[in-house]
Formats: sequence, structure tokens, C-alpha cells
Amino acid sequence: MTMSQTKETITPAAAAGFESAVSARNISKNYGEVEALRDMSLEFPRGQLTSLLGPSGCGKTTLLKIIAGLLEPTSGEVEVNGKKVTGPGPDRAFVFQDFALLPWATVLRNVAFGLEMRGVAPSEREARAEKYIKEVGLAGFENSYPHELSGGMRQRVGLARALAVDAQVLLMDEPFSAVDEQTRRKFQEDLLQLVQNENKTFIFVTHSIEEAVYVSDQIAILLPRPSRVSEIIRPTSFRNKGVDNIRRDPEYLDIVDEIWASLRTYVE
Amino acid sequence: MTLFGYRLPGMSSLLLWGLLWEIVGQAGLTFFVPPLSEVLGTLFEILGTAAFQKALFETAYAFLAGVFFAIVIGIPTGILMGKSRLLDELLLPWVNVFLSAPLTALVPVLMVLFGFGMKSIIITTTLFAIWIIILNSRAGVRQINRSLVEMAHSFGASPTDAFFKIYFWAALPEILGGVRIGIIRAVKGVIIGQLLISIVGFGALFELYSANFLMGHFWAVLIVLFALAFTISEFLAYLERRVSYYAAKR
Repeated sequence: MTMSQTKETITPAAAAGFESAVSARNISKNYGEVEALRDMSLEFPRGQLTSLLGPSGCGKTTLLKIIAGLLEPTSGEVEVNGKKVTGPGPDRAFVFQDFALLPWATVLRNVAFGLEMRGVAPSEREARAEKYIKEVGLAGFENSYPHELSGGMRQRVGLARALAVDAQVLLMDEPFSAVDEQTRRKFQEDLLQLVQNENKTFIFVTHSIEEAVYVSDQIAILLPRPSRVSEIIRPTSFRNKGVDNIRRDPEYLDIVDEIWASLRTYVE
Repeated sequence: MTLFGYRLPGMSSLLLWGLLWEIVGQAGLTFFVPPLSEVLGTLFEILGTAAFQKALFETAYAFLAGVFFAIVIGIPTGILMGKSRLLDELLLPWVNVFLSAPLTALVPVLMVLFGFGMKSIIITTTLFAIWIIILNSRAGVRQINRSLVEMAHSFGASPTDAFFKIYFWAALPEILGGVRIGIIRAVKGVIIGQLLISIVGFGALFELYSANFLMGHFWAVLIVLFALAFTISEFLAYLERRVSYYAAKR
């Protein structure tokens, strides 16, 4: 696996005629002596879902947080809609792995929190929050507290909060890893709907191969030591066959096997 | 607990201990322990006296003032220590030293510095209460879930927003825990201060009663104090349970 091969796999995807909503260019990130990311470049097509997939320690969450503006790269830059990222901004919204809900606030206030930080008036932000609470299927839970909800419902609150600020780019850090298997499947189906209905760009970090192949328009395989993009896969045929048919589509199964074959040696 | 099929109300065992006290007292083993019935009689007798009410008022005043300063200075100091590395390095050793120090030994110094009156008692009370309040507020801020801070940052929260809408609330259960322990320590502080300075409040009463061997009076005042301290502590625990209902759930 050499760098030149990496470049080859990136170029066709970038040249395939997609407009990039987010570009990461030559990103490096060092924590003291430790090199978390080295010279990583990646394009994220507008209106599509791109997964960052790789074994633990490959820097996928680091890259996501750099795109979010929560971490600063040691060198390189991120552009969102042609503008250089210098910190968090209203064009991006983050969905957290551990939900990151305020335990002392109701669902309504949690969902409205992003709007509250942007100075939206209470009546307007509550109206918008209510709309998105309905959209994620939590109508009737507006006045519940997070500890009264199941893990899956909590993540729906986190998702509604990110949707409510109406950012063009949604950054999701292993959003379904803390919920149970059945809820996760439902989430994955809902996510496909969301990508189709909302004209937003999704960047999705996961460690599950099946999940990445199931939900993604584009999968970036990241490998560790040094962290790099080894391959970009764009599934073509099964996306429009309906949620029930994806998991037995031959292409789906082939891609899952192929990714496992290339990741296998990196898993301890 | 149930006995012979009957559910006993909380603290029924006190009856047993009260009975034991009465027996020891009636047996006249020592002048130091008069019978409980006599002590209780004295208790109701002195509750109405001007001397007792003055002592109660002075104690309450010193206690409330001391607790007020401990909270108003302690909580912000603790939160700032939790947020600022520099302040933490500067102050933490002192906080730890004073937390474990036998503060009683400081009271004579305070008397020299601030005189034999109310001021010294208030300062003693504050010194007993403040350190644990500082430490708990600091711990509350330091244990805050990092992803809550990141979340606020990612949605564009200003530092002021983050302080009042994230840090304070996230640390609230620990802060209240600290205030509760601080107030319990303040009860000790106010009594110890009065005993050592001994010209105001219950300290003066104790001095008077024990010097005149009025053991019934002595025990009566002691029972009042114990009951007050216990009631305050239980009331605070009740408040804390109500406010920090979510603490275990985050």
C-alpha cells in the first residue's frame, strides 16, 4: 500500500463530476510526538453521504473534528463551500457519539440549544425545535428529560438538534454505536431517507463495515500508522433498490468482503 | 424495621437509648448524668428564658453570616480553579492544607487579630465551611463531560454562554454536595468558635452552666444543639436529592 496508489484512487472520484461541499487538503495533525494524521486529502461531494471507515487509531474522528473546527490541524486546511474553516460555524452541525445532551434540560430545550446559541428568539426557536422533534419521531416527548429516554431516543434528540440549525453539512461521529442493534438498523434506514430528502452533505464516521456500505454514497477507507486514505469506494447499483433489498444485493456483499479483506491485517 | 409484625417508624431506637439514659440517671451513678426526664424538664424551662433566646439569636446570626461568606466566596473560587490551571496550581495546596488542618488551633490567632467578639466567630465559621465548598465546586467543573463542552463550542456558544449554560449546571450537583458538607462543618465551626471565645451565644451559656455544675441545663442546651445540627443536615440532604436528581443519570 503506497502513497501513489492512494492518489490514484482519489483522482477518479474527484474527477467524476461531483461538486465538493467539503474539501480536506493535506491535513496533518500531531499530538506532540504522535502523528494522528499525515498529509490527508479528501473530497466530500455535495448532497451525498461519505463514510470515514477504518480500524481504531486511524484518525477518523480526528479528521471529523478538524472539519467541525473543534480541533485545529497542524498543517493543511479544510474548506466548506469554498470558505476556509477556522473554527465551528453555522454551516456545519455535529452529532455526537455519546449524544452530548444537557441532562438538566428538556428535549425541547436540548433541540433548541443550537438556535439558542445563535440568538434566535425563544418563540421561534421552540417552533422550529418542535418541527424537528416531530420529524425525528419524538412528538409527545418535548417536555421529557434525557434520562427518561432510551439510548436510541436520545440520539434522535441529538439528531434533531443538529437538523434544527439547518446547516448544510452534518458531521456524525459514530452516531449509532451507542444504541442497540435493532434501533441501529432503524436509524440506518431513516438516515437513507434523510440523505434523500434533505439536500445536505453528510460526513459519517463509523467502525462498522456493514453500516458504512449500507448508508454511504462514498466510503473512504482510512488506514493507521501513518494515517492515510487508502481507498475510496463508491457503491453504484444497490442504492435505489429499496432499503429491504440492499443487504442481499451481490454488490453490497462483495464490497463488504473486499473492505474486510483490506482491513483485516490492521485489526489487532 | 419491623418488630412483632409492626413497622417501627425511623429512629425508634432512640426510645431505647433514652430509657437507658433515664435508668443511669435515676440510679444516681454520677452527678454528671442527671435523668433524662429532668434534662427534658430543664430544656422546656430554659427555652423561654431571655438568655437562651439571646444565645440562639447570636448563634444563628454568626452561623448564617459565616455560611453566606463561605458560599459566596467559595463557589466562584472553586469554579475558577476548575477552569484555570494557573489559579489551581496557586491555590490548591492551600485549600488542601486548610481542609485537613485542625482549625480549632487557629481560633486563638483569630481572636488576637479580630477581637473577642462576633467577628471572630463569623470568620471561624467561614473557615470551617469554605474549603470543602471550594474543592467540590472545583471537582464539579473538572469532571464535566468533555463532549458537552465540545457540543456547546460546535454550536457557537460564547465563553459566557458556556459558563452559565454548561459549566454551572453541570457542576451543580457537586457544588450542592459541597455546600451541604460545608454547612455541617459550619455548625461545628460556630459552636467551637463560641466555646473558645465563650463570651457570646451558646458558648457563654455552656461556660455558665458547667462552671456552676448545672448539668441538667448543660445537657438540655447540648440536646438542642444536636437536634438543630441534625435537622439542618437532613434538610440539606433533602434539598440536594431534589435538585441533583439527574446527577446519577448523566
